[in-house]
Amino acid sequence: MIATLAMPSIHYLVIVPVLIFFGASLFLLIASAMWRRAVPTSFTTVVTVLAAAATLVVTYFQWRDLDHHGVTTTVAHAVVLDGFSVVATAIIAVAVALAALVAHDWARREGVRGPEYQILALASTAGAILMTQANDLIVIFLGLEILSLGLYVLVAIDRRKVESAEASLKYFILGGFASAIFIYGAALLYGATGSTNISTISYFLGSNVLLRPGLLVAGGALVLVGFAFKIAAVPFHMWSPDVYEGAPTPVTGFMASIVKVGAFAALMRVVISGLGTQLATWRPILWGLVVLTTVVGATLAVPQRNAKRLLAYSSINHAGFILIGVWAGTARGAAATLFYLATYAPTVVATFAILTVMGGLGDERHSLESYRGLARRQPWLGASLAVLLLSQLGAPLTTGFYAKYAVLAAAIDANGVALALIALLSAAIAASFYLRWTVVLYAESDDEFEATRVVVPRASAVVIGVGVVLTLLFGVWPGPLATLAQHATLYFIP
Amino acid sequence: MSVPASWYLVLAAVLFGIGAFGVLTRRSALIMFMCIELMLNAVNLTFVTFARTMSDIGGQTTVFFIMVVAAAEVTVGLGIVVAVFRRRASTSVDELSELQG
Repeated sequence: MIATLAMPSIHYLVIVPVLIFFGASLFLLIASAMWRRAVPTSFTTVVTVLAAAATLVVTYFQWRDLDHHGVTTTVAHAVVLDGFSVVATAIIAVAVALAALVAHDWARREGVRGPEYQILALASTAGAILMTQANDLIVIFLGLEILSLGLYVLVAIDRRKVESAEASLKYFILGGFASAIFIYGAALLYGATGSTNISTISYFLGSNVLLRPGLLVAGGALVLVGFAFKIAAVPFHMWSPDVYEGAPTPVTGFMASIVKVGAFAALMRVVISGLGTQLATWRPILWGLVVLTTVVGATLAVPQRNAKRLLAYSSINHAGFILIGVWAGTARGAAATLFYLATYAPTVVATFAILTVMGGLGDERHSLESYRGLARRQPWLGASLAVLLLSQLGAPLTTGFYAKYAVLAAAIDANGVALALIALLSAAIAASFYLRWTVVLYAESDDEFEATRVVVPRASAVVIGVGVVLTLLFGVWPGPLATLAQHATLYFIP
Repeated sequence: MSVPASWYLVLAAVLFGIGAFGVLTRRSALIMFMCIELMLNAVNLTFVTFARTMSDIGGQTTVFFIMVVAAAEVTVGLGIVVAVFRRRASTSVDELSELQG
């Protein structure tokens, strides 16, 4: 007797983005093993950009599917297709294409050969996209690990640099520690609610009153701590400045954009969809995280003299702002978070593209002094950096302004006036170092820096251009993107 | 003789605590690494215990995922430790002095 195996029904449109990135990664891996000669860097870059472009096309069809059929879950309800995941996937696809172009120029300049960079970047991206779509704590854990394991190696990809290997070890140990805490939290939530599925947890919590909520609170708190490590929220941020500084600059740009999008998307889903009925329990914890993250991030950035460390602390400050939308826990908060991620990702990739270019051969010139008079020597490069910095500051007519406005409005909407004021205060502190850096760009330069014009390779120039155009376009005209973010959260799975 | 499920949960919590304490206090990268593995195994024990008390297969299958992830982490982690060791001939994190947190 031959037993028949029932195949699970899988809605493939939902998981196509993950399959594309995994497929591209495996394709490059096999191609590099089969090819007699070394795979050219430009080939690997083209494959990555094509994978990102294909994903953008798929997200268009996913969006149309949503319009017709609404939210879909598949693979035993563990993976979800909703507006939030579609938009987050599109953000990641854009960011990974931009980051790949920056890495291309960097690899050529530094003589880093081989397809490994893009293979690992593609695999990491697949993990990040899986996190945005995950509707089960175990799938979030898998996405997190796929994302992180690639990144640990990417940080150490330039084997000539001692500090990269050390940063990688530090990132690995703290990342593994955070993952273990996260999954222990998931185990306790499983014990408290009987499932690891986020929709089931939400349903269980909505229809039952827990007599002893200790297990649930402990589990939720541990899951939050795990996420706080990944998004570098204070007091779990210690690794971030060292890793940002030690990693090759294009990898730092990749981390700052893609990890943030993936981790925040999963965090939103856990807090708003899974534990949404218990929001009153989590709000004080999130409130403390937001206050510490915004204020400490901005304050510690002020004395920094290294551009990469400064941006690391600045990204901690931004993580605090994005957390405000999660704290609000409303549809408006979710839309604000999505808008913030959509605008922050291209801005930060373009900023790190300029840092990569300025780093010069050896990727070592990262002191703020080396930026003195940049806008006088190279007006376009200097002006681009000024626009990107002002956007991160939150200046009007850049995307940063509306992004900050949206999260603060969402906070005030949810009775968080004090929180909004503290975040504004931190933005004022952050303004001091962004403005100081901008002033340095336009300052009179000494003679010794006159000769050091940096070469801007073509692909990096494209990335910087795209970043600046997006920043200004949606800064002047945020309407369409804000509407998209609102529509996306309408389709947020309840 | 039957052992109450809570004993297993307490044992898992203690193992997890030992692991977390080890990561935070030990200075050898390899020992820190073993402590992370200990934490993951404590999680496995927790999952299996809950799965047994609830007669739910989900928790037991989760353990396989965690074991696979732990194995993948070992591969990457040892690679990084070896890369650092080649430079330094030491796995103590105190001697990682290039970056001052």
